[in-house]
Amino acid sequence: MLSPVFIRNLKACLGEENVLLDPEDLICYSFDAASGIPPRKPGAVAIPRSREQVSEILRVCSRHGVPVYPRGSGTNLTGGTVPSPDGIVLSMVELSQILDIDAENLTATAEPGVVIDKLNKAVAQFGLMYPPDPGTVATCTLGGSVAECSGGLRGLKYGVTRDYVMGLEVVVADGSIIRVGGKTVKNVSGYDLTRLFVGSEGTLGIFTQITVRLVPAPQARRSMLAVFDSVDKAGQTVADIIIHRVVPATLEIMDDITIRSVEAYTPVGLPVGAAAVLFIEVDGYPEVVEREAGIVRDICQTHQAQEVRVAKDEVERDRLWEARRVALPALARVKPTTILEDATVPRSKIPNMLSAIKEVARKYSLTIGTFGHAGDGNLHPTILTDASNTEEMTRVKAAIEEIFQTALSLGGTLSGEHGIGIAKAEFMEWEFGPAGLDLMQRVKKAFDPQNILNPGKVVRRAGD
Amino acid sequence: MIWYEDTQRLRQEVLRCMKCGNCQAVCPIYQELRREAGVARGKIRLVEAYLGGELPATHGLERRLDLCLTCGACTASCPSGVRFDQIIISARAAMIRERGLPIGKKLLFYGGLRNRRVVKLGLKGAYIVQRAAFRRHPFRKAGYPRLPIGLDPRRIVPEVAARPLVEASPPMRVKKPVAQVAYFAGCLNNYIYTDIGHSVINVLAKNGVEVSVPREQHCCGIPCFAHGDLDLAREMARSSVDLFWNQRVDAIITSCATCGVAWKHHFHELLEGEPSYAEKARALAQRTFDVAEFLVDVVGYLPPQGYLQRKVTYHDPCHANRILNIRRQPRAILQSIPGVEFIEMSNPDRCCGGAGLLSLTHYQLSMRISARKVEDIKRTGGEVVATSCPACRLQLEDALNRFGTDTNVVYVTQLLDEAYNL
Ligand SMILES: Cc1cc2nc3c(=O)[nH]c(=O)nc-3n(C[C@H](O)[C@H](O)[C@H](O)COP(=O)(O)OP(=O)(O)OC[C@H]3O[C@@H](n4cnc5c(N)ncnc54)[C@H](O)[C@@H]3O)c2cc1C
Ligand code: SF4
Ligand code: SF4
Repeated sequence: MLSPVFIRNLKACLGEENVLLDPEDLICYSFDAASGIPPRKPGAVAIPRSREQVSEILRVCSRHGVPVYPRGSGTNLTGGTVPSPDGIVLSMVELSQILDIDAENLTATAEPGVVIDKLNKAVAQFGLMYPPDPGTVATCTLGGSVAECSGGLRGLKYGVTRDYVMGLEVVVADGSIIRVGGKTVKNVSGYDLTRLFVGSEGTLGIFTQITVRLVPAPQARRSMLAVFDSVDKAGQTVADIIIHRVVPATLEIMDDITIRSVEAYTPVGLPVGAAAVLFIEVDGYPEVVEREAGIVRDICQTHQAQEVRVAKDEVERDRLWEARRVALPALARVKPTTILEDATVPRSKIPNMLSAIKEVARKYSLTIGTFGHAGDGNLHPTILTDASNTEEMTRVKAAIEEIFQTALSLGGTLSGEHGIGIAKAEFMEWEFGPAGLDLMQRVKKAFDPQNILNPGKVVRRAGD
Repeated sequence: MIWYEDTQRLRQEVLRCMKCGNCQAVCPIYQELRREAGVARGKIRLVEAYLGGELPATHGLERRLDLCLTCGACTASCPSGVRFDQIIISARAAMIRERGLPIGKKLLFYGGLRNRRVVKLGLKGAYIVQRAAFRRHPFRKAGYPRLPIGLDPRRIVPEVAARPLVEASPPMRVKKPVAQVAYFAGCLNNYIYTDIGHSVINVLAKNGVEVSVPREQHCCGIPCFAHGDLDLAREMARSSVDLFWNQRVDAIITSCATCGVAWKHHFHELLEGEPSYAEKARALAQRTFDVAEFLVDVVGYLPPQGYLQRKVTYHDPCHANRILNIRRQPRAILQSIPGVEFIEMSNPDRCCGGAGLLSLTHYQLSMRISARKVEDIKRTGGEVVATSCPACRLQLEDALNRFGTDTNVVYVTQLLDEAYNL
């Protein structure tokens, strides 16, 4: 329901071909990777090709009070890009240049539409890497992952997106272009707005340039897989590895339901009677990797792992990781609908969380397979269900709420890396209380007085 | 009712897509357009909207469903195992049931492909006028359009052969043959690339295989199938099955990836509802081989002795690679030729951009996809690109020419034939 005058202005900024209005196109931008969020068509899709165009679009939108829904590759899992008919989708994918790789300062500057994999390939030529590696590295954009503060498999040792974003160029609600942070490691001037923008899910401003920190790529790595007959033993192994001051790059866990689904999907030789499997990778200098791999193997054995497989070369490593890679696909094939959750707890509470999830599954008669990043407490309980079964979906909703509550009661959070979006907005008060939420709402208002930047996401305001 | 006509099955298949967007990483069209309607996920959402009554069978929907190379890359990499290859064809078929075939395709399919004599006549005519209408390329067997006939003036179009292959290939008698085969040449090899056809016949004969080329053979019908005209495709499938069922040979040999897929999969799928036909089609499918597959895996071909000093790279046709699993055999043949330096290009399995009608309806887009292929080919420094499908050859010749390289494009057996004759 956009006014003809507005559409005319939008076309004047971008040219006819960069404003999509056909119903067929609008349907294609009505959803993202979140399940269970009803699709909603935007009034138009705008495709800017420069920061100036982004700025102009925001000027026009703020003048007309039209909501702007930024979108990268649309792979987020919480409905963060789902628009409304009175607003426009702002597709950032055409701003896709890598502007600078500074091997001396260990930074890279890129536009938000660059796909993470492309950035990684470009910096690999300098022996560097950009560590955040969400499962969607080959598809998701840098802008989207900064807006979600994405994590990934390497969170335990390398941290998450937040730890790598050094500077941003942002178009704010009225169309002004601002810069925050920069290339320097040390920077204490003013408030740390960079950190506030990271993870803001498009609700505070539109990123048009991103400067990230790079690290030297590790010279060696060694992967192993350990099989356990109880979740507790796997949990103690995780705790013990950290106590021995080994920080693996990756420390992943998979529960029994996931193991069985993986085996049914691609037989990789996991014992189907096992209760848990850990995937562990250490990386760094070759000598250190050797030593740490030995320590990890010993710890697994101390905790009575039924089996420990150590990959001897890259081919074996790939084979070993295959089992982890197919976890989600394998689960996704069990039932028509797959709901991937993201509740996160302190690392030491992993066994409690796993057994709580099992209990929830039993209580609501649901199939829940759990896998995830045991090293950083970020689990992905995955509910296998059928969206067309309305009775079951009410149980699913209740189960999700109970999982959130359990995570919070264990000192955790609603979301480790997938964000709040629409899906979890209603639960924010559980985590922050009325006063905490009120402060966030005031922050939002300070950045976006008209509430036109991705309204209805993260912190809701009256009328959303 | 067959899969492709079963709306209920289509509905279920569409539901299995979890909208993860992983297909963006592999879809050649998405990589160019970067628009959701270009990728499998977007089209699945459109089909969902169409089936749910949210979106009528609009021209806009039809145009977006046209935006697919049917390269199969999304299906091969989809974590949920969504069969987008089946979805796209079923959806196009559903649209045609509701709206009928668009006029351009109707003329092409019914006025042309359906009728062998019309095709022959048309191409005879084309042979006669091509000298007048096209300016010959200095060394490729192709020409540039002279007149504004709706073709990009920089585009090169291959020459039509003076005589179709089937008329120029009398049955070859071989003493004590190791096998008797019937060769299904396919339209491109029959009417245009007769050099490919002859090389196939020659290398088979060299290996003691007796080859017959049934004269009445006709288009496999896949262009109609791919665009959702299942009735016409079925009619053409029946005629091929009838003709080759009566040949009484050990094997049917194909030298076009798409024809191979027709014989191995689509004929019996299309004829599912007619048990006697379906059974024959399945039996023939068992006996159908791509020529390289037949040479390497079935007869154990003679290693060539002739020395061909050439740098060669190989392009994997989507349908040969992802559907027929033909990857190893053509490479084995190329690598067995003395003197050939085989250089693998990066992403050999990336679509060349041809994809049947897309190169007619969306020529610019199709060339943008080809441009990436050309870059990969150039980087190998190869003098020759070998491939296993004449349709890829058609596209690659045009693209290589447009982007300024004189790399030659051949079918795998052409090099083998050359090496045998040295
Ligand atoms: C199969 C699968 C696996 C996944 N695995 C992981 C994982 O391991 N770890 C993880 O953290 N996540 C994971 N995700 C979630 C998702 O991939 C990430 O959140 C990703 O970073 C989103 O990037 P995108 O480009 O798709 O952003 P989008 O989904 O398009 O957008 C995400 C958010 O960013 C905003 N936004 C986009 N661009 C801009 C911009 N330029 N300026 C301001 N705001 C912007 C949008 O409004 C939206 O709120 C997974 C998702 C799937 C489907
Ligand atoms: S088709 Fe497959 S890869 Fe593409 S969005 Fe659907 S589930 Fe994901
Ligand atoms: S078949 Fe190929 S072109 Fe068509 S949607 Fe899939 S990847 Fe894209």
